[in-house]
Amino acid sequence: MKQALEGSQAIARAVSLCRPQVVSAYPITPQTHIVENLSRLVADGVLDCELVSVESEFSAASVALGAVAAGSRAYTASSSQGILLMSEVLFNISGLRIPLVMTCANRALAAPLSIWNDQQDSMAVRDAGWIQLYCADNQEAVDMTIQAYRIAERCELPVMVCVDGFTLTHTLEVLDLPDQQLVDAFLPAFHFDRKLDPANPISVGTLVSPEFFTEARYDHHQALLQSAEIIEQTRREWQDMTGRDTGGLLGVAGDADARVGVLVLGSITGTLQEAMEASTDTEPACLITLRAFRPFPEQALRDACSGLERLIVLERALSPGAGGIVGSEVRAALSSLDRPPRVFNFSVGLGGRDVPLETWSRALAAVAGNAGAGFDMLDLEPSRLPQEAL
Amino acid sequence: MTQEIEIPLAELRRNQPRFGGLESGHRACLGCGEALAARLVSESAGPDVMYANATGCLEVFTTAWPDSAWQVPWMHSLFSNAASIGAGMEAALKAQGKATKVIAMGGDGGTFDIGFQALSGMLERGHNVLYVCYDNEAYMNTGVQRSSSTPHAAATTTSPAGSESMGKRHLKKDIVSIVAAHHIPYAATASVAYPSDIRKKVRRAMGIEGPSFLHIHAPCPLGWGHDGALTIEVARLAVQTGLFPLIELERGGVAGAMPIREVRPVSDYLGLQARFRHLFADSARAREELEHLQALANHNIEVYRLRGESRQDCMDSEGADTVRRGGMRWA
Ligand SMILES: Cc1ncc(C[n+]2csc(CCOP(=O)(O)OP(=O)(O)O)c2C)c(N)n1
Ligand code: SF4
Ligand SMILES: [Mg+2]
Repeated sequence: MKQALEGSQAIARAVSLCRPQVVSAYPITPQTHIVENLSRLVADGVLDCELVSVESEFSAASVALGAVAAGSRAYTASSSQGILLMSEVLFNISGLRIPLVMTCANRALAAPLSIWNDQQDSMAVRDAGWIQLYCADNQEAVDMTIQAYRIAERCELPVMVCVDGFTLTHTLEVLDLPDQQLVDAFLPAFHFDRKLDPANPISVGTLVSPEFFTEARYDHHQALLQSAEIIEQTRREWQDMTGRDTGGLLGVAGDADARVGVLVLGSITGTLQEAMEASTDTEPACLITLRAFRPFPEQALRDACSGLERLIVLERALSPGAGGIVGSEVRAALSSLDRPPRVFNFSVGLGGRDVPLETWSRALAAVAGNAGAGFDMLDLEPSRLPQEAL
Repeated sequence: MTQEIEIPLAELRRNQPRFGGLESGHRACLGCGEALAARLVSESAGPDVMYANATGCLEVFTTAWPDSAWQVPWMHSLFSNAASIGAGMEAALKAQGKATKVIAMGGDGGTFDIGFQALSGMLERGHNVLYVCYDNEAYMNTGVQRSSSTPHAAATTTSPAGSESMGKRHLKKDIVSIVAAHHIPYAATASVAYPSDIRKKVRRAMGIEGPSFLHIHAPCPLGWGHDGALTIEVARLAVQTGLFPLIELERGGVAGAMPIREVRPVSDYLGLQARFRHLFADSARAREELEHLQALANHNIEVYRLRGESRQDCMDSEGADTVRRGGMRWA
């Protein structure tokens, strides 16, 4: 049913439709509304689950982990500092191959302190061994949250659904919330083969010697690589049931014969789409939205970029001292093409800086000449730098 | 006609089928107090239990992939989150309508220090979890570093004794009081020297709906520097000197203490262990520290009224265990 909902409320409702048995979280802006909405759903008897309001994100992730290990579907959500505080547990969850879904309401990391959006937090844990999905709008946030449970439970891997803080979490959108029957048909009741059970006792999380460690890592790596197919399959199944094409590894829009492409993650997608549609005077371009960052959709990306001469990668994070994170990975993935496009990599919108429609023309201008195709900050304001830095 | 058969009682006892949660084949050092304590706990808790184990010696010596000495559902996640993992398990079991009990456990490091916040959160939220702390008074798994449970004046690799140092400067954290201050239904201390007391306390905790805490003193021959054959004796002396009082607390108040029949001087306990060797040097500093430790023991004896007043109270010896079993001595 179509309704106008705040992003956080929509996500909470989507989570509730998935019938988690244990929800555990700790508040942090801009994730707070998600947890508050879930608490309200529990208080009103809409969602029947154990709500564990813990004393830290470290425990939120640990409670969720313990709950899944004991055989229940679980959920947690966090952001920014909370993601970092959880990070030790995040690696643990994936290494134990625990099917858990969490939302990351993307926010910058301190210092300097910022409560506003960028994607440094989820990027900081990109190597944690989780599937990472990025949502362009709140309809995707709803759909991908439900899909995430299906994917997690099929792959026995945790899934982090990333939504841009404020831009999505605090924005009212008209969206379609599927009904319970549909979700029940799409998502079977929780079943976890390796659950802890007194009737069939197993030991989980044991010490592994160098003799077996590489093989354990190989297994984990393969599972993530193979999850790409499951993500695509889940996207198709969802489309069959709802008629909506959301989820999947990446989305391509715009001109199929374009020589210029731009690649983004998350809510910048909508801004760019609008900007590209509005600018009729520029050359044709295509918009690539990376929905899955882990597994990294290498092949799908190569297919999408094979005809391009120039690819602009815009991202809301950076690896100080190196440059773009997504940009470097994209460049590496495309290097094996016969004629790889030149990759121009920019950070934009760090710490909540607005990403306006002009971003597109600015980016095009920046790559117009034969300037170096390295990394730059597209929206840097030199006048605001301390004098000695100039 | 009745036929007389002789029943060898000791044999009978030994051959009783007994539930073993932690089986042989693990890799603990000879005389490891922690291994003994964990066996006693898992035996008494029975099979319908799920365990969350913090990183530490116990986790490492019981599970080396692909082997495991555990006969119960058991999980290790991290060093500092055993209490939260246990809380999550409990929430899940509750959601599934199951009565399986959750036991979370860790060493003193995983309990007093790095896992302290998670423990406090779990207790405050009232999860139906028994938390067991195996206290060997240092980070043994990483090579005997001081923890906040290391007793005053004990030498560890990060609080060595030297010309400028008499071992650990600070006092042992009074964890059971802090835990009891959460006003949980049941908290107790125990010692590997008193196995039937451990069994009794585990059973008591298992029957409680809500959080409970068991703090078990468990000598580590490697870290404390005593012969592996002396583990029980060392543990018993810790109790008999008053340095490790065996107490029970209900809803924050002291509900019982095991009286000491014959109070022993702390030097009897300290003298058996290399970690206190520097206290027996012929120096004013050493004498002062010995007196300090004696004063700490005296304080415990006074606060918990540990001096037994009648023969009836004399429960601290090996005999106490026997008495609790019903007056018979088995095997
Ligand atoms: C976050 C983190 N810090 C440090 C360690 C290293 N470490 C593993 S076990 C341990 C000490 C364990 O001490 P304790 O809890 O007392 O258990 P014991 O080995 O003495 O039984 C340490 C420091 C770790 N595993 N994780
Ligand atoms: S080092 Fe100490 S605690 Fe660890 S296994 Fe050996 S005796 Fe037990
Ligand atoms: Mg220890």
